[in-house]
Amino acid sequence: MPSGASPVRTTTTVIIGGGQAGLAMSWCLTKRAIDHVVLERGEVAHTWRTERWDSLRLLTPNWQSRLPGYGYDGDDPDGYRSMPETIEFIDGYARAISAPMETHTNVTSVQRDDGGYMVTTDSGKWRCRTVVLASGACNIARVPALDEAVPAGIARISPIDYRSPDQLDRGGVLVVGASATGTQLADEIQRSGRAVTISVGEHIRAPRLYRGRDLEWWMDAAGVLDERYDEVEDIQRARKLPSLQLAGTTDRATLDLNSLAAIGVKLIGRLAGVHDGKAQFSGSLSNQCALSDLKMGRLLDSIDEWASANGLDGEVEAPHRLAPTKVEESPPLGMDLGNGEIKTIVWATGYRPDHSWLDVPVFDRKGQIRHDGGIVSEAPGMYLLGIQFLRRRKSALIDGCGDDARDLSAHLAAYLDGAA
Amino acid sequence: MSESEISVDNGVNVQALLDARVALADAPEAAQFQWRASCEWKNGTHSHSIVEGYFGLGEQHMHKSVFKFDADHPEVFASEDKGATPVEYVLVGLASCLTAGIAAVAQNRDIQLRSVIATLEGGMDIQGILGMDSDIRNGFDGIKVSYKIDADASQKDIEALVAQSQKRSAVYDIVTNPTNVTVEVN
Repeated sequence: MPSGASPVRTTTTVIIGGGQAGLAMSWCLTKRAIDHVVLERGEVAHTWRTERWDSLRLLTPNWQSRLPGYGYDGDDPDGYRSMPETIEFIDGYARAISAPMETHTNVTSVQRDDGGYMVTTDSGKWRCRTVVLASGACNIARVPALDEAVPAGIARISPIDYRSPDQLDRGGVLVVGASATGTQLADEIQRSGRAVTISVGEHIRAPRLYRGRDLEWWMDAAGVLDERYDEVEDIQRARKLPSLQLAGTTDRATLDLNSLAAIGVKLIGRLAGVHDGKAQFSGSLSNQCALSDLKMGRLLDSIDEWASANGLDGEVEAPHRLAPTKVEESPPLGMDLGNGEIKTIVWATGYRPDHSWLDVPVFDRKGQIRHDGGIVSEAPGMYLLGIQFLRRRKSALIDGCGDDARDLSAHLAAYLDGAA
Repeated sequence: MSESEISVDNGVNVQALLDARVALADAPEAAQFQWRASCEWKNGTHSHSIVEGYFGLGEQHMHKSVFKFDADHPEVFASEDKGATPVEYVLVGLASCLTAGIAAVAQNRDIQLRSVIATLEGGMDIQGILGMDSDIRNGFDGIKVSYKIDADASQKDIEALVAQSQKRSAVYDIVTNPTNVTVEVN
């Protein structure tokens, strides 16, 4: 525990979080000879070590992990890292750049202090001119309020606590949410022999491979992932978009609602309420699927246009389209949660960052930090890194934090110069 | 400004809607609206409803005129058929909401509409409302909406218009999702 006796240490920049984003910033600051420390609550890549399920592989291929001063040099560029491989990769980055890291240091508060910031941790205080918040985008599972209305006797679990199907009762499972997490967990749990129903709201369907290449390759090559936050029409909306329905598997298979239905997963509308022990589902399932199919069609159209314009048509496979999502004519609108069929509910309803330790008034009414591409203008010298569409569509990817760190470290350096 | 923004005119002031989004982001309390109707029984299954005032943007408003609606049941129900049935008003509400949405989304996407026609069918097994079988619900067992749209756009773009309109429709949401209803007697 902190005591009044522990000395206050001083540095120019405190980076909070020792994952890919914090390390990328560390590299950029080292290049600029800016004195800094990286505070990590656990070990390097803590979230990857402790808050992800056992079978998870990254949704981006190995080659797509270009960090400043580091990258993939193995012999399987198209594969997807397992969690141990991801941890080893980020750990390797921390070693390669000799990041000035303080591990097992939990930040308990960040406050303004004499033109800079005071960062309080469970092992002492740091005074700094500038602070970089790189503690992750997915610290807390979003669980809907109707969790409280679920009858006792049904276990509920979030993806942060989920490790494998063995944790769950042998009975039926309702997976709520059909983005990357929900579809992957539905697939794994159904294959474990448990009957899965997946509740489907807004989601984005995407093929793993398109015209013989990884979808991420297309989005990277065509510049989709480099699209900037100040170029998109509605950045608030873009930041809230659900994750693509992708999975990183050894067979590079497409994971979508059709593939789930093919192994016996039942599709049901968005969970809209729980009342008197009965779950109520929206009648909007067919439109949710239609919206997603249309959106995917537009993405593939734009890829085809780009491929033609760039003379790739002879190199890659011919364009193809996926079969429309099959939805039964009248999917059920209700489910009796008391009849014993469902034993577990998995809330795959998204994640949010945890900035509860930030004692500086920079939050909007939804509790999110107000920022302009990672520059927290209301708190000069404060920067945010590693969240969805911070500065680019790829910002939350391992491959995306480097460019953001370069931009923001330039701003940070200019701020220090100007303030000096 | 592109040329199409000048030439496409579906009669929807999209700029005003976009401006409203910006203004309401800074003053979310002004986004709180209350819609009202009142209804008076006439005779038999015939009732007379009016829609007159509503609340929004922090103040009371009046419609430009009082809108009146007669509802009744048809003669096969041994009623006098002095108005559409209440469930047909639900279809009217859904159709007009989706259609308004199509016009707004089309305007925003620079799509000129020439004609938009919806036909709606709500299926119902009246054993439910007659109390003959508790397994049969009172309401529709499903609603089918079918659009015929003539517009300067591809079939895919028209499908996207209709899908987006459902995504943003109040009545579609009311019909597809449960809503708490509180009825009290004064």
